[in-house]
Amino acid sequence: MTLPNQVLRKEEQYILKMRGLYELYGYKKYKMSKFEHYDLYLENKSFLASNNIVTFTDAVGTLLALKPDITLSIVKNAPEEITAPEKVYYCENVYRSARQSGGIREIQQVGIEYIGDVDTYVQAEVLSLAAKSLAEVSENSLIGVSHMGLLTALLDRAGLTGTAREEVLRCLGEKNNHEMQEICNRENIAKEETARLASVIEIYGDFEASLGKLDHLLADLPEEDPARQAADELSGLYYVLKALHLDDSIILDFSVANDMDYYNGITFQGFVDGIPEHVLSGGRYDTLVKKFGKNAGAIGFAIYPDLLERLTDEKRDSDVDVLITYGNADPVVAALEAEKLTSEGLRVQVQKTKTDGIRYKKHVQLDETEVEQ
Amino acid sequence: MRKLNIALPKGRLGEKAYKIFADIGYGCPEILEDSRKLIFENEENGVCYFWAKPSDVAIYVERGAADVGIVGKDILLEGGHDVYELADLKMGKCRMAVAGKKDMQPSGETTIRVATKFPRIAREFYDKKGLDIDIIKLNGSIEIAPLLGLSDVIVDIVETGKTLYENNLEPYETIVPISARLVANKASFQFKNAEILAMTEKIQKAIAEK
Repeated sequence: MTLPNQVLRKEEQYILKMRGLYELYGYKKYKMSKFEHYDLYLENKSFLASNNIVTFTDAVGTLLALKPDITLSIVKNAPEEITAPEKVYYCENVYRSARQSGGIREIQQVGIEYIGDVDTYVQAEVLSLAAKSLAEVSENSLIGVSHMGLLTALLDRAGLTGTAREEVLRCLGEKNNHEMQEICNRENIAKEETARLASVIEIYGDFEASLGKLDHLLADLPEEDPARQAADELSGLYYVLKALHLDDSIILDFSVANDMDYYNGITFQGFVDGIPEHVLSGGRYDTLVKKFGKNAGAIGFAIYPDLLERLTDEKRDSDVDVLITYGNADPVVAALEAEKLTSEGLRVQVQKTKTDGIRYKKHVQLDETEVEQ
Repeated sequence: MRKLNIALPKGRLGEKAYKIFADIGYGCPEILEDSRKLIFENEENGVCYFWAKPSDVAIYVERGAADVGIVGKDILLEGGHDVYELADLKMGKCRMAVAGKKDMQPSGETTIRVATKFPRIAREFYDKKGLDIDIIKLNGSIEIAPLLGLSDVIVDIVETGKTLYENNLEPYETIVPISARLVANKASFQFKNAEILAMTEKIQKAIAEK
């Protein structure tokens, strides 16, 4: 049987393509149930993008939750001893509260996770898959990469702790230089460290040029400083990305900040021209894996395909290819006509008489006496 | 060059902000004419303006209907919008403050009733102090609440404090200073980067010179 060519909607086609892409690189499909024990999310609350979790109790009174996130489950279910890297991808629905209406939204999420030893190659592979995932949607897509290790090191150097540290991290995320300076002044942070943070906020754009600026910025630090090591890691990554010709679509942007309790290395966010929010987010989260008592590194990303849907904005111009009306004609004739057309891959709608509101490309009238409206 | 969509807050602040835009080469004279038009475009300068209710500007920017916008820090703090905050315009200056009847500052021994248009700011402020409060969300004429015994205190914007004093009220404490900010949509910042950076730089220069 041939399938008519409009069966799969754009985002379904997209998800299939992405599955193909991840399979090519050795990632296996991960399947999980719709719910998890609530404790899992309670203990790792700040890892989640949204705090509102939908909970319910099972027959014996255990509190369960509709999963708001996939990564936590994958990490939890990974083997205790990770001998070979776990490479998985998923396309699952997650449940989160809607920003303004307060209701619950079901969001489809596609993503990959790598749990095992993370080195430059692995980071480049994951980043390149992220870039390819977005390139499939639009030629005009970008991935902004930051490094939590670098930001942590700079905040440590400045001696920022507690609320002030959180505030400065928020300012980094907002590219809010004026407020960051105010906070540092209030906290009596050394001028040179404030200036360093201010420069980091401004680093944005072309990977190679930004690496140059970063090197300049950290030149006075000793080589074993964690900030310098993070910069070296980024530059190692750059050479792989450049070799893959991905250096146009991957840039450095230190406003991409994730929770420091979970993320330790690179973090990244992806944008597609025409969609007002980021559609991809990911990073390295060794710290999370260690929290589960597993001795391994991890990196991954997730895409929100329902956001991509907005871009394709597919409007079908017809519901069916052929409308068949049979009026008082023999049903055998109608059935045979439908059989013939569908075998050619055309979508048909068979009705006794024509009704309003149906959009078709062609109309076949089997009863000659029927009056065309 | 790609055109920038700019959301301006209706009212005096928006008009002052437009003047800065006009002074640094982003003028669109049509906007000052008295007409029923809603959107004003000047292709030559690569800009397109529209007026929005001040409390809606950040939403227009967050959702990408505007690339950049001018919005008060009070709105940003209350809404927690996911946008870049690129510059402090240092205009429309005022402060978010706790106020109430003269010499009637609550001790915190009982639940404090707080009337405000800014429940999130009030909540965060009192949470930090570890005080128990009961928020009464109002949409205007907040000052009247303590006078009628509806609330113990108010959390509101105070400019000169004149309205407060005339009604036998006084500010107790400043929560945070407020002024107008230039915000940008995060995706626009990626794809119209050169345009937004150029605009930010010119605005910062204009403010510094003032």
